[in-house]
This record gives sequence, C-alpha cells and structure tokens, in this order.
Amino acid sequence: MQPLIRQFDGFSLARWWSIVLKEFLQLKRDRLTFGMIVGIPIMQMLLFGFAINTDPKHLPTAVIAADHSEFTRSYIAAMQNSSYFQIVAELPNEEAGRAALAQGKVQFVLNIPAGFTAQLLRGERPSLLVEADATDPTATGMALAALPQLVQSVASKDVTGPLAALAAKPQPFDVQVHRLYNPEGISQYNVVPGLMGVVLSMTLVMMTGLAMTRERERGTMENLLATPVKPIEVMTGKIVPYIAIGLLQSTIILLGARFVFHVPFAGNLLAVYCAALLFIAASLTVGITLSSFARNQLQAMQLAVFYFLPNMLLSGFMFPFAGMPKWAQALGNILPLTYFNRLIRGILLKGNSWPDLWPHIWPLLLFTALVMTVAVKFYRKTLD
Amino acid sequence: MSLPPTAEAPSEPEFAIDVRGLHKRFGDKHVVNDVSLQVRRGEIFGFLGPNGSGKTTSIRMMCGLLTPDAGSGACLGFDIVKEANQIKRNVGYMTQKFSYWDDLTIRENLDFVARVYGMPNRKAAVDQALENLGLASRAKQLTGSLSGGWKQRLALAACMLHAPRLLLLDEPTAGVDPTARRDFWEQLHALAAQGISVLVSTHYMDEAERCHKLAYIAYGKLLAQGTAAEVIAQQGLTTWAIHGDNLFALSQQLRAMPGVDQTVAFGNAMHVSGTDAAQLESTVQAAATRHGLKLEPVETSLEDAFIYMMKRSQDNFAEQL
Repeated sequence: MQPLIRQFDGFSLARWWSIVLKEFLQLKRDRLTFGMIVGIPIMQMLLFGFAINTDPKHLPTAVIAADHSEFTRSYIAAMQNSSYFQIVAELPNEEAGRAALAQGKVQFVLNIPAGFTAQLLRGERPSLLVEADATDPTATGMALAALPQLVQSVASKDVTGPLAALAAKPQPFDVQVHRLYNPEGISQYNVVPGLMGVVLSMTLVMMTGLAMTRERERGTMENLLATPVKPIEVMTGKIVPYIAIGLLQSTIILLGARFVFHVPFAGNLLAVYCAALLFIAASLTVGITLSSFARNQLQAMQLAVFYFLPNMLLSGFMFPFAGMPKWAQALGNILPLTYFNRLIRGILLKGNSWPDLWPHIWPLLLFTALVMTVAVKFYRKTLD
Repeated sequence: MSLPPTAEAPSEPEFAIDVRGLHKRFGDKHVVNDVSLQVRRGEIFGFLGPNGSGKTTSIRMMCGLLTPDAGSGACLGFDIVKEANQIKRNVGYMTQKFSYWDDLTIRENLDFVARVYGMPNRKAAVDQALENLGLASRAKQLTGSLSGGWKQRLALAACMLHAPRLLLLDEPTAGVDPTARRDFWEQLHALAAQGISVLVSTHYMDEAERCHKLAYIAYGKLLAQGTAAEVIAQQGLTTWAIHGDNLFALSQQLRAMPGVDQTVAFGNAMHVSGTDAAQLESTVQAAATRHGLKLEPVETSLEDAFIYMMKRSQDNFAEQL
C-alpha cells in the first residue's frame, strides 16, 4: 500500500512555476486579450500622438474690413504667417461676424473699423478688434497671446520713413525666454511618454483584476485551493505574465516615441525600464487588491475603471498638475501615475539622473508596499 | 524550494476521516451543525441530503478548504485545522461543478495537476492517466469542448493523478447518463478494493445503495449514519405497498389517517409507511378493503427512509422558526 506523503510546507518554486506556465498557456489561447496587449498601446499612441494638439494652429478666422490699406493687408498677412490664424471668410458687417462665431464657423473675427488707416496716419493710435470664441480656453489661448507681437512686427516693417515716430518705442527693458526641454512646444513630446503610464495602468490593473476573478467566477479557484498550492504562490505566479506584458507595452511605446514621434531620449534607457518595472509592480498590486473585492469579472472591470479615471485626470497626464487646486493636487499625489509621469518625462525629456528621480521613486515604492499589504491581507486563503 | 517527501511518512490510520462536532456558520445561517463522521479505510461512504443541507460545506471542512467554527478531527491522521496542507497533498477533491480549465487542453490540465503535486515521473503519470481514460488520441483537444460525461471522467482522473489515499467527491454524477454513472461506480469499487477511501455525496438512491455506509444530513444536522440497513432500521418504519390505479386521491386521504406517516408513489404502487405498526396495519387494511385494492407488506426501502427523514427534519426546522 502506498504511504501517505508529507510535503514541504513553505513556498515551493516548482508549484509557483506550474502556475506561471498555466497563465502563459491561457494567455496564449486568449486572442482578444493578446490583441488588446498590443493594440491598446498602438491605438492610444496614434490617437493621442496624432489627434491631440494642445497648441492648435490654423484656426478659422473671418475678417470684417471696413478699411483697406497697405497696413491692414500687412497685418492680415502677419496673422496668417503666425500660423495660428487662417482667414476663411470676408464678412460684410458685425452682425455677420457674431453669427459666424455663434454658429462655430469661425474661431476669430478680425474687425477693421472704417477710417483705421486715416487715424493711424494722424497718429491717433486706432484699435483693431479681434473677437474670439473663447469657450475653449486651450483653443484660443496661444493664438491670442501671439496677437500683440504681430503689431510690433508690422510696425517695424511698414510704419517707416516719416511715420517712424508712430512705431512703438522700444521697451525700457527686455525679457529673454528660454523654453527648455521642448523648445518648439511640441505636444507629442509631452503626451507620448505620458501615454506609457496610462496604457500600463489601464491594461495591467484590468487584466490582473480579471485574471484573478475569472478563477473565482469559473469555480477553478476552489480546485486550486484544494491542491497544495499556496495563495502566495498563486498570487505571485499569476502576475508574472503581466510583468512581461507590461514590459512589452512599454517597449512598443518607447519605439513609437523614438521613431514615429521623434521624442528626444535625453536620459538613460535603463532608468526608463527601472521606472517602468516599478510602475508595473504598483499597477499589478492594485489589480490584485481590486480582484479580492470584486465578486465577478464585471465588478473587477468596474473597479478598474473607477481606479483609472482619477489617475488619468489628476496625474498631470491630461491637464497641467500645477494648475490644479490644492485638494486635487493632494489627491493626485496619492496616485502612482502622477509619479510615473514625472519619472518618465524627467528621464526622457530632461535627462534626469537618479538623485533627481528619487523624490518620485520612493512614493511609488511606498504605494506598492502598502497596497501589497492590503492585497495579501484580503486575498482569502480559504473560501470563507 | 520543495523538499522530497520525508521518509518516515505517517502510516495510514484506521479511519480515513474522523471528525467530531463540526460547526460552521455563514452570517446568521448555521450551515453545519454538530456533524461527526467516521469513514473507515477502504470504505465507500455515501453522503446524502437535500440541496443546501451542508454537504459541500462539510466536505470542504474535511479537506482543509474551510476552517470549522468549532469541532475537531483528522483526515488521514492529519489535523483538519492545523495540517490542512498535508491533507490537501493526500486527498483528491472533486468539486461539484467541473473546475478544470476549459482553455487548457486535456493533457495540459493533467500536466498542471501533476506539477502542482510535485509528481516525480510527471510525463509517465500523465500518459498513463490519458491511456486509462481512453483520451490519449484527444490529448491535445481543449477541455472545454468535452461533453459532460467526459468532463466528469477527466475530473476523476485528474483528482486521482497524485495517488490520493482518500477521495472526496461532491455530487460527481450529477447530470451524467446512467451508463457513465454505472462505469463510474465500478471504478469507485475497484479503488476501494485497493484500500482507497471514498466519501461521495449524491442525490441518487441507487448510488446510495451501492455505498458501504451512509450518512444523511439535513439543515446542517446529521440525522442518521450507518449501513443502508442500519439507517432504515433506525427510522422504525413499517411499510405496506398498495397496488392499483388512481392512487393519488387515496394517498391524500391516507395521509390524514391515524398511523400513516407518509405515502410515496412508485408507478402503479404506493408505499404507505408509519412508525406505529399496529395502527398503520388496521388503517391500510380498511382502506384496501374499502377500495378493493391489493395490499402487501414490504421492506421499508432506503428511499422511504430518506423521505421520512427529510419530512421530519423539515417539520423540526419549521418548529424552530
């Protein structure tokens, strides 16, 4: 007769490996998930990289010209040359201008009053009126900021000779601006690296959440628990494939950033991957924790979205962190994506070194440790 | 790291399962109430009771999946609270619902089980199991595509793979056709002959009769335990069979009469049972004569006994409320 077998009671690498293998096999068969792993980063990168622009150019502009002269033509040309404005219509009067704004046909209306040139020549400092559809501040902000400079450039070019006295006097002192890290203000440089964290938190939190609750929902968890596998072996074994997935997604985005969007790689690539690994760890612990609260896959999905939204909005990915009120910043400071965004942008754009990065690394470590503690505590060993 | 099994593994005790006074509550529901069970080595022990009576919960406590609120005991000589891990290594547990992975192939499922139990000759063990199952040619088929009967056979093979000394089978034949059920029980008896103990929960009377011993549980309480004959005898019932057509109306009348505790319809016959033999006899004699029906005394069947127990426990439960 066969004797009873007494087994080793600690963490078993062999059992852990059996879980890892199983997860990889299941992932291999799950075509949709696999498509998501590769598809989401590429799709997000195309959408955010090509479709989103925080410095919009060529905005539709209408002109109401009650006065025609060299000066007005020169100013209109300067507006077009700034690349912010594109003249799309000439309108007869102010009513037509208001209507065009109200209907959203144009973003700006330039109103040149009658007698503008005559007043200018008499030195009366006449005004041009620009009306803007300012419902969306981002759409109009940069263009409006460019307007005063245009006067200067027209004045220096056309208001010469006997009129030179009318040109603005040089200002008593000058301000020099250096736009560091992204001198041309290219949105993609900021958005594409930021996408890495967004994609990682979206897919990893959801996928681990689903992977864990799927076992419970299908009843296979009961089977697993009835074998000698320990919960810690299940938990750590199940997340291994997702670490690989996270690194794969990071690589896709880095390749896109480098070769499609030509984002500068000022910093160390090793630092990028270290930061990514740390953030992957943080996201996976969140996924596991959510799964221990969720009763089924639908709930896990809902919780993942619930987690994802504030991360997306408050982390400085979509809107400038410094522009948020104090309470929102405080909330943002709890979220791992906030720190990862600072890390990845710091490394890629600013070439930050380890001492610069440390203030954003330790909060991520702390977050991971805390959430892991919760996860282990709530991950139920037995079914009750 | 896992260590090889230690040489002085404990010898198997006389009782594969020996638990006393198990209690389990979920919230305010007392799901298992003072259950004590002894299953001898090499015995097939049937665990019966209506749905929601606490069978699954009891089985889960015995194999270390659930911690009992009160009570103690041993499974294969291992303490059910402190040595749950050792129990899991030596017990094969087949869940009520098929719980292997549909998106793994048959071989992958078996291979996973073999790995998890740290079997020394993994490939050989899996090959042998596939051969025994007659699934060797379909080893690469996804498990989800198997029919219910095949899934059940695979589940049994998988929970037998690590050569457990005790099988805990939770309604293994639910939804399986009669031929497959008969094969399944042949297999169980062959295993028992090798000294493997089996605890099997079921709803089927024919299966109950094939067990060496039985226990009946309702509302979390163990109502009877012993061989089929003992369980029947414990109820102290006398049973008469009345043969004829249209017995339904008669059964309604009889239930209200003195001495009759229950009537059970069996096709063209009706079993009338009661604990007061003399009273029952006079009642059924009178009824049979009045309607001109054939009457004969019969042995109380296991089904009669179970229906009686279920009815009585319902009444008791209603009183408690």
